[in-house]
Amino acid sequence: METTESLRSLSTEGKDMARTVSRDSEVNQFEDGAPVELRIPWSRRFVRFVRKNDVTMIGATFLFLVVFGAIFAGQLTPYSPTALTLHDRLLSPSLAHPFGTDEFGRDLFTRILFGARSVLFSSISSVLIALVVGGGIGTAGGFWGGKLDVVLMRVMDVMLSFPAILLAILIVASLGAGLVNSIFAIAFSMIPVFARLVRSVVLVLVRQDYVMASTSLGGGSRWIILKHIFPNMIPPIIVQATAMLAIAISYASALNFIGLGVQPPTPDWGQMISDGERLIFDAPFVPFFPGLAITLTVLSANLVGDGLRDLLDPMLRNR
Amino acid sequence: MIKYLVSRLLWLPVVLWAVASLTFLALRLVPGTPIDFVASQNLTTAQIALYKAEWGLNQPLWLQYLSFLSDLVRGHLGNSMSSAVPVKTLLIDRIPPTMELAISAMIISTIVGLGAGIISSTTNSKLVDYSARIFSILGLSVPWFWMAIVLIIIFAVKLGWLPVGGQLDPGTDYKTITHFMLLDAILTGNWSLLGITLRHLALPALAIGLTSAGFVARLTRSAMLEVLRADYVRTARAKGLIERKVVINHALRNAILPVLTLQGLQFGSLLGGAVITELVFSWPGMGRLLLDGVTQRDYPVVQAAVIFIAFIYVLANLFVDLLYHLVDPRLRAG
Repeated sequence: METTESLRSLSTEGKDMARTVSRDSEVNQFEDGAPVELRIPWSRRFVRFVRKNDVTMIGATFLFLVVFGAIFAGQLTPYSPTALTLHDRLLSPSLAHPFGTDEFGRDLFTRILFGARSVLFSSISSVLIALVVGGGIGTAGGFWGGKLDVVLMRVMDVMLSFPAILLAILIVASLGAGLVNSIFAIAFSMIPVFARLVRSVVLVLVRQDYVMASTSLGGGSRWIILKHIFPNMIPPIIVQATAMLAIAISYASALNFIGLGVQPPTPDWGQMISDGERLIFDAPFVPFFPGLAITLTVLSANLVGDGLRDLLDPMLRNR
Repeated sequence: MIKYLVSRLLWLPVVLWAVASLTFLALRLVPGTPIDFVASQNLTTAQIALYKAEWGLNQPLWLQYLSFLSDLVRGHLGNSMSSAVPVKTLLIDRIPPTMELAISAMIISTIVGLGAGIISSTTNSKLVDYSARIFSILGLSVPWFWMAIVLIIIFAVKLGWLPVGGQLDPGTDYKTITHFMLLDAILTGNWSLLGITLRHLALPALAIGLTSAGFVARLTRSAMLEVLRADYVRTARAKGLIERKVVINHALRNAILPVLTLQGLQFGSLLGGAVITELVFSWPGMGRLLLDGVTQRDYPVVQAAVIFIAFIYVLANLFVDLLYHLVDPRLRAG
């Protein structure tokens, strides 16, 4: 027991040493005229990134506003998202009702603020579930390989050989409509994406020198996975998760649009569009604004995802 | 090449079996049988038992599964539980409109996406590049169903140029031959029918096509930028080829490979998009059939529809792989 402990500390020391060595060599490279980029600390690089990537920041700001609006929806507006005020029905956008009111006299802006809650909750939690399950499958397959890998990846192939949105519809339809079931359905349809990504990252990582060193020093599977594999998986996973967040928001909205997700009276964007669909002749703003909210939120998630990929993927940096 | 093709073809039945089993289980694992939806009027227990016996619902699950599989292999799709119409008839009615829609959307997305991608990667104008990129990222952020509604509001309600929905004007004289309306119109030389069909097809196809064009444009742009820096492109320019030839014959031919793969994968999501967009346009396709089947737990209809969509999806990807071999001579030798 003691020997393994000391071996482990040895192995981390070895890694630290390797790090110092590589740092020195970076300095040397710098003196030889290599890119300055390597020497700039992460924090300064981030500040410079913010300045250079105004588009990403616009996306991030909008996402922040959506989250803020969802949390403080109750404080931000004097209206109720559900109470009926029939004498106010179908008012056009005005100062009192910036997005107008729906056929039950409910303020659309208020309903969009409250609707952000279900959208954010379902998309974030479904991405997290898919990430954990898919990541687990991918790590297991990539790390242990062999028959396990073949079986797992064939199952993933089958899941991928079916359009994700239809898979989600089928699952939620058989489980029954509702918020929780729609989250499971979306998560399930996204599992293979994460599994494949994580597996490909793990396959590269297990061949790295420091992993081999750790193995030869007697590091167990759990130790290597937790200490060496997981930390190095984080950048590509963050990039993929942001991209999947955008997709999860559109899927959640689609499920809500066809009535399989959040049930009334809880307000939701997709549901508001399908309620407003029959009003296109009299009050086209009713289905318009919730859709605009979906579009801008998905757009922001995409912009942030692109920005993160540029920041975290060294292959694409400085392109 | 042939070995590869054989292994891909062998994979096809495995996928179909898995999809079929998944669908079978998904529908039956959850409480709620078709009888709950058929029984709008009060049925006696005896009637319910009779109904269950008629559809084999009283058998143990594994027996139902076996007979489901053997029926499937022999191509027996059964009758719809809610309308008693043979599922085959339903599919023959509903598949062509959806396929017409998905294929038109595919054509739009390929042309618009490739065009925008090529323009933004080759232009010298920052403004043009930015507009094309904004178009593409907007495209992949807009939900299909909302795009559909916005297009209806603009082109049907405000401008009145195009119909709001449906596949034909009410009262159009039409007898089907191939079930593919566009094909029928062209085959019979019925140009007024062709016009009507195209006018109805325009908005739903645009709604799906434009949103998926965003993906194509983005991928084309990045692939083109990569290829345009390659040595052989410089060589082509150096030997004095006009720029248009360099871009199309040298750069695009290489940049189009990832785009092909994407379109193969996209065909599935286009079918998914078609299923949802159909609801907005009251398009008489698979979307309504599938959703009604799902809510009424009409087992045979849902199973057949889902398996068919998976079949088309896998086939589309297989087709793309073969196309790949045709476009890229490097793969042919291997």
